[in-house]
Parts: sequence; structure tokens; C-alpha cells
Amino acid sequence: MRHIISVLLENESGALARLVGLFAQRGYNIDSLTVAPTEDATLSRLTLVTHGNDQVIEQITKQLHKLIEVVKLTDLNDAPHLERELMLVKVKASGAQRDEVKRCADIFRGQIIDVTASTYTVQLVGTSDKLDAFIQALTGTPILEVVRSGVSGIARGEKTLAL
Amino acid sequence: MTSQTKQTEMLSGAAMVIRALADEGVEYLYGYPGGAVLHIYDALFQQSKVKHVLVRHEQAATHMADAYARATGKAGVVLVTSGPGATNAVTGIATAYMDSIPMVVLTGQVMSHLIGDDAFQETDMLGISRPICKHNMSVRRPEDIPAIIKKAFYIAQSGRPGPVVIDIPKDMTIPSQTFPYHYPSEVKLRSYQPKLKGHSGQIKKAITALLAAKKPILYAGGGVIMGGASDELTELAQLLNLPVTNTLMGLGCYPASDKQFIGMLGMHGSYEANQTMHHADLILAVGARFDDRVTNNTKKFCPDATIIHIDIDPASISKTINAHIPIVGLVKPVLSEMLELLQQKKKKLDSAALKKWWQQIDEWRAVHGGRYDSDSPLLKPQYVIEQVSKITKGNAFICSDVGQHQMYAAQYYGFNKPNRWINSGGLGTMGFGLPAAMGVKLNFPDDDVVCVTGEGSIQMNIQELSTCKQYGLGVKIINLNNGYLGMVKQWQDMNYESRYASSYMDSLPDFVKLAEAYGHVGIRVTEPEQLMPALERAFALKDQLVFLDIHIDPKEHVYPMQIPGGAMNEMFLSKTERT
Repeated sequence: MRHIISVLLENESGALARLVGLFAQRGYNIDSLTVAPTEDATLSRLTLVTHGNDQVIEQITKQLHKLIEVVKLTDLNDAPHLERELMLVKVKASGAQRDEVKRCADIFRGQIIDVTASTYTVQLVGTSDKLDAFIQALTGTPILEVVRSGVSGIARGEKTLAL
Repeated sequence: MTSQTKQTEMLSGAAMVIRALADEGVEYLYGYPGGAVLHIYDALFQQSKVKHVLVRHEQAATHMADAYARATGKAGVVLVTSGPGATNAVTGIATAYMDSIPMVVLTGQVMSHLIGDDAFQETDMLGISRPICKHNMSVRRPEDIPAIIKKAFYIAQSGRPGPVVIDIPKDMTIPSQTFPYHYPSEVKLRSYQPKLKGHSGQIKKAITALLAAKKPILYAGGGVIMGGASDELTELAQLLNLPVTNTLMGLGCYPASDKQFIGMLGMHGSYEANQTMHHADLILAVGARFDDRVTNNTKKFCPDATIIHIDIDPASISKTINAHIPIVGLVKPVLSEMLELLQQKKKKLDSAALKKWWQQIDEWRAVHGGRYDSDSPLLKPQYVIEQVSKITKGNAFICSDVGQHQMYAAQYYGFNKPNRWINSGGLGTMGFGLPAAMGVKLNFPDDDVVCVTGEGSIQMNIQELSTCKQYGLGVKIINLNNGYLGMVKQWQDMNYESRYASSYMDSLPDFVKLAEAYGHVGIRVTEPEQLMPALERAFALKDQLVFLDIHIDPKEHVYPMQIPGGAMNEMFLSKTERT
């Protein structure tokens, strides 16, 4: 099963390498990973998407906890949560395709953020499923480039992952 | 002079490294100099509190420090240079990591501005050591050195212990640049707060389950030894009359001579220990981790058992075997709390059921009972270990290498005290034994310290005979020489129709002459009747290293041996018998 794990990490050199190394070393999967400093400059917030059975996910969270620089973590799947991913797609947009891409982007509430005579660059934010669906919907339109940020997640309601 | 001015004493980074070690109470530093650590060595030379032991290969320094930690529970300290000095230390760091041994390893590094340039003797030691240590850090500002060293000792020795590596670029230790020195008295880390006490609700649950058991077993591992909880464990076992088995790492945490001790369990565990585990209805696991060398096939593991698992590391719980009642905490306070509750309750286990269980266990004891062909005209390794145990009255520190001899020592020495059995259990590092014995002997000069080894393992760090001479380390080396890499040969006998691919050691040195060449005493033993006189002579030579080259039956195998893929209790009992 797919899990989204949120981690507060000391913003120190080597901390990220240690965390990523753990996954490689113990044979766990990383489907996506986003990381950036938080409002507190001493902390990084990291969102990691992985998959595995309950036993594997339990081991992943326990092993992450053992890393000295991991301050706190939560498996967002344990409670209602929000997830968002950003995607930039550069597509060929000429002739009839030009209108079609615009229509499609509108339907998905995407924005065209760069235009040339023959291309559009569409920005889209949503769940990973929604981004997948947009790619599917572009059938017939040649895709030149796709960039996805990986998932960022946060718990719904008053629950927080903070110090 | 006020205390204020004392606190602001100015020291160079190099001097701070050594002073911090002294303030931490470190007596010996094991290491090998080189370019990147010369400032530190110079600071070392100018003081007398911290003494340095010069090994002949950095791996030996790490094993010496590691063995000191195994014998005392305190972190051993290593100092090596950058590049090859650091990479040579890697095997020793991994050895300590696998067995949860506290160690602080200081590695030199090239100057900060050269890092990343492929400078001379540069290697990314932080990257290399990351997966084999509990934590690692690099020094970025010389003034941080005292705090980093304090943090390293704290992390290494608390929670589940382990090695910590500190990488020190050479420019952090320049003698002419001084900084205010203050050694912190404690460390607090917001991201690392190991749990100490166990959860009281879980402990109560465990007691209820334990008291309801009809066929219990106490399965204790290395965590009891590193956690200093042998007394509590022994008290608990004796209060409830529980059968006790030890892992390879746990030997000595319960006295082997006691009637409740049923031997080591696992791959080369005793017949009775493996049977008792398999048929138990309750397993009280204390500081053990259900390692693959214990469980055999996890799918067939102890089908009827309720499992209580006490461990400081939550990740060790339910990793390979699901625990029904997990208790995270240091074993010592958890066992104390259990004892208190039991004494309050004044309840015991169902005595009729327990009596029946012990009868069953005694029947299993009679099946194999650690027998070997004692009538053989050839010297049997098991006999040698028994005689070593006899002459040292079971009180020696036994530092083992890795292979058949390690298993014979584990099976036949009979450890009655914790911290006396020093071996590389997790990583299985050949070459561990001699440096380990050296580390123990240096710190326990009045005790008998024995290195049980084989002609394969001993040659992996034989250069250390020279270090032994320099520091007068009177280790007794029991070289069980069968001319083969015995454990490899045993597997080749059992699984590869005795095709001895590279397991025969041709061109062995004359170990007696070799020992003599290094300035030690060498004795060769080829006949059974020579053994006891040779041992007597060796142990009478108190301060001398004696190398006993003992020629044993080359065909002997270690038994019992679990059958691969089987349950705990499926074993070969000899070359011709199996369960």
C-alpha cells in the first residue's frame, strides 16, 4: 500500500544523505521525495511517498526514527490528510492541438505559464492521480517534457507535525 | 585565577581533541598516525593522561577499542588518519555496529578547502561509514570539537549502543590557532531521546502472560550484557524456575554452570535449547533480536509461543518475528520492574506444569548433551576448549575469532560471568580475535586473556604479534589448527560433496617459529597427552604471550547444526544422525 511519510529533519549537512541511504541500504522504495527548509531554519520538512505492506511500513518508520537527525515523523495515512503535487508539462501545441491543450488545461484547472509559437507549458497542481489523469487526457498531443515535484502532504484539521 | 578564567582556557583544535578525551575519562586511545592527524598526535605527545597504543594495522585498533567496550561497557576510542587509515578501520566499525558496541572513532580528513578535490589520502569517510555506524559527524569549526566529542560519547553509549565516527579535517587542528575550551557536562538533543523505562501497562501484561505459561523459556541476548542486567535476569529466572537459553552474544549473562541453563540456541545451539524454544508456549526474549542464525526458517518458528520481547530498540521488535507483548526500554529497569511486581504478587507459575516441562527438557538434555568422539586418538577441538576452561577455572576472558573454533568455544567453555565472552557475532569478522584479546589484556592485565582462533583467522591480523611485544600483552593464543578453513570446509562437506574449493590452506607458516620471531613463546601440540602440560606451561608464563599451535582432527564438524530451511528443532546431531 502507498504511504505518505512526513518527516521533520535537522537541517544539517549529511542528514538527507543518511535518510536516503537508509532506504537504499534496507531495500525500501522511494516513489517520491520532496524536501525544503521550514519557517524554522534549523529544520527541514520532508515528504516521502513509499509503498509496502504494514510490516515494511512499520520498519520504515522505526528505522527513520532511529536516525539521530530525525526529530519527528508521521505516517499521513494514519489520519485524513491533504496531498498536492506540482507538475510542469511542455507540450507541442500547433494547429488544432493548440486549442485542445488549452481546453484540457482549463478542465483540469491548470495554467499555461509559457507560450511559444509551437509549444505550451502547462502548470498543474493536485493529487498525483489528478496529474496522471491530465497526462492521460493529453492523448494525441506530443508531450515534450514532464517535471513533477513529488508529493507534499499535511494532515487535515488541527493535527500538526511541529516541535 | 578565578574559575571563570579556568573555563576560558585557550587550546588548539588538536589539544582540544585530546583534552576532551581525558575529560571523558579515556585512558587508552588505539590508533595509527598519518598526515591528516599529525597535529593531534603532537598534542597527544605533549600530555600523559591519554595513552596511545600503536597497532600495526588500523583494523586492529578498532577491534582493540571494541573489545575494551565489550569487556567494560564503556566506549573504546580509535584515532586513525584519513584515506587508507580510515578505510582500514571500516571492518572494525562495521563489526562494532552489528553487535551494538559503543565506540568513538576519530578519523583524520584532508584540509577543508581540499575536500572534494580528490586530494592525497582523501576519502569520503562520512559517506563510507554512514551505513555502518550509529552516527557520524564532521568538524566544521575547531571551537565545536569539545561539544562534538561529548555528543559522540553520549550517542555511542546511550540507547542501543553503537560506533560513532567523527571526521576531523586537518585545518581544524592547527596548533597555532587556539579557541576557548569548555567540555560540556551533558548533552541534550531534541531529535534523540532514547527511552529508558518500559511501559508499565505492557510490563503488567507481560507478567500476566508469563505467570500463565506452562512451557516458558527465557531467551536472553547481548542486550543483557551491554545493558548490565545479568543480575536482574538471573534473579528473575531463578525466582520463576525458568529454563534459560543464551544467544551467541548473550553467553555469560546467565551462569552456564547453573542447572537452569540449557545452552546456546540457534544454528549451533544445543539440542535441548532448540527443542525447548520450539515447543515453548511462552518466549520471554530479553535483549535479543531473533536473528536469522537463531530462528532458522521464520515461517516454522516456534508455532505455539506467545512472545514477550524486551528491547531498547523498537526497530528490533517485530522485525523478523512478531512480538505479542513488546516492551521498549532498557533491559535493566524493565527487569527490575518485573521483579518488583512479581515479588508483590507472590505468584509463581503452575508448579505441576513447570515440573512436567523440566522433565521434558531433561529428556532432551540426554539426547545429545554436547557429546563428541572423546575416544578419538586425534586431538578434538571440543576437548581443547574444555581443558582451557579447566585450567582457567572458567574465569578467563575468551576472545574468539570466527569459524568452527568460535562455535566450539561458545559451546564448551562455560561462561559464568558476563562480559567475558568477546566475539564478533553479527558481522562474523575473521581477524577479530587477536586484537580483541589485546584490547582486553591491556585493560585487565591481571586476568587470563585467551584468544581462541584458527590458522585461517589468526593470519588475518597476525602482524599484531608485534604490538603485543611492544606493550607486553601476555595473551594466550589457542590456535586450533586443522589446516582448513574449517567452517567453510564443513559446509563444503555437507552441501558440496566435499569439494574443497579454496578452503585448504597450503604453505602454512611454522607458527612456533613465527611466535619466536616476534619475541614470544611458541608451543606446538600434536598429541592429546601434550595438551595439558603445554597449557600449564603457557598459563604459568603470566606476562608472556604464548602461541599454542594445536593440531586438531581436521575432519571434525560442529554439531548440533540446524537444518537449513527447517524449524528451530530440526538439527543434524552428528555426521550420521539428524532429528
